[in-house]
Amino acid sequence: MNILQIIIFTIVKILIVVTIILLAVTYLVYFERKISAWAQNRIGPNRVGWHGALQSFADVLKLLLKEDIVPDAANKPIHTLAPIIALFVSFTTYAVIPFGPNINVFGFSVPLVVADVNIGILYVLALTSLGVYAITLAGWSSGSKYSLLGGIRSSAQMISYEISMGFSIGGVLLLSQSLRPVEIVQAQSGWMWNAILQPVGFITFLVSAFAETNRLPFDLPEAEPELVGGYHTEYSSMKFAGFFLAEYANMFIASALIVTLYLGGWQFPYLDHFGLSNGWFAVISVITFAIKVAALLFFFIWVRWSIPRFRYDQLMNLGWKVMFPLSLLNIIWVAVLIMVFKL
Amino acid sequence: MNIYDIVFYLFAAITVLSAFFVVTTRNIVYSAYYLLFTFFGVAGIYVLLGADFIAMVQLIVYVGGILILILFGVMLTNKITSVEIKTGSVQVVPAAVGVALLAGILMASMVDTKWRSVETAMPSATTQGIGMLLIQQYAIVFELLGILLLIALIGAASMARK
Repeated sequence: MNILQIIIFTIVKILIVVTIILLAVTYLVYFERKISAWAQNRIGPNRVGWHGALQSFADVLKLLLKEDIVPDAANKPIHTLAPIIALFVSFTTYAVIPFGPNINVFGFSVPLVVADVNIGILYVLALTSLGVYAITLAGWSSGSKYSLLGGIRSSAQMISYEISMGFSIGGVLLLSQSLRPVEIVQAQSGWMWNAILQPVGFITFLVSAFAETNRLPFDLPEAEPELVGGYHTEYSSMKFAGFFLAEYANMFIASALIVTLYLGGWQFPYLDHFGLSNGWFAVISVITFAIKVAALLFFFIWVRWSIPRFRYDQLMNLGWKVMFPLSLLNIIWVAVLIMVFKL
Repeated sequence: MNIYDIVFYLFAAITVLSAFFVVTTRNIVYSAYYLLFTFFGVAGIYVLLGADFIAMVQLIVYVGGILILILFGVMLTNKITSVEIKTGSVQVVPAAVGVALLAGILMASMVDTKWRSVETAMPSATTQGIGMLLIQQYAIVFELLGILLLIALIGAASMARK
């Protein structure tokens, strides 16, 4: 492939991925409302479209048409910049996550990942650390005490859990011997999923992912009873929708990342022994990836509507005194595994 | 001028301009924001040089860690006193002399050094090489740096307790 073909293929892949994320996020909001209704014995949205299936689109339209109110005390340029950063971070993170094996298109072998870079996992970590800015800046620039409190809580929480997140990834890297997401997926062929080999690391990463995406039981940054709306109290119209969209996109990306790191990525166990043609192999792999991500997304929503919110000191205790030592322990466990079984 | 040069000058311009704004802006919070772009520009130049690992670590450590702490300090303290904290210029003459001297030394060493320019293939992966060097050749230095950071950590914690 020459440089022009690579650029064309990459742009096509970016368009596909962005479209899929946007659609997935729209329906994620719908399913969140439906599942919460189910959990609370209600009906949920059922007016727009078949069983309310077009409700999210109606909501987006409503938000677009609303008046954009910026408070007087707000710092206007930064108030506008914050949701842009939130969206930028959540959409660019997906670039390195592979969603299928190499496929043949017009005689070229195209990997089903937007950017197959050597330092993919570090890229993800770097971008998640940028996500803190969106919330901190939103909280500070709104000029309201509720926003500021939400922003500060969120940054403290994200910085604390980033550490156990990074250390949990350490165990995965030891086994795959690579920072490339594609190789991490390939290292988990057959039953050798990282979730089975290092369950403790899987749990610490899962909990940290909940904290990083600000989902319940860790949604203190926007705890409604105490902080009105948290860091986005002073946002309205499409700027609010930006944060809303970014939150759900982050959930989607966290699920995709957990699947890639711990649940074998797009691999269906022992699929290469079935003697399928290349095309079917790719199709089944992509579907497998989609099902795994969907299952995790359901888990995210399920937890949100089942578990109450932590108190702030409990959250910090859990992060620093439980998750951090556990993730360190996991690294030692993986090192022992490698030493004993020569994995 | 090829694409490589254009991208280099773009990142260099971002770095230098934002660094200029960091020191000239009156509002100290804006200074911290401009610093964000400075770090970004430097990371971009690292990527351009093929040092992908350093570029990402630059983002994780400086943008994700240090700058957040600076922002916290600035954002939470500049409203405590009723007077807004501003940056200003004091001691202009000594500073100018110092800057001129430093710039002169740097320029002179840049011009005088006979830079070796050898055509080398762009390394495909730097992480493995860096890892090997850190745990083999520079293992002691690496461990000592770790101990240094640990001492700093304990010191900070014990000072915060007082």
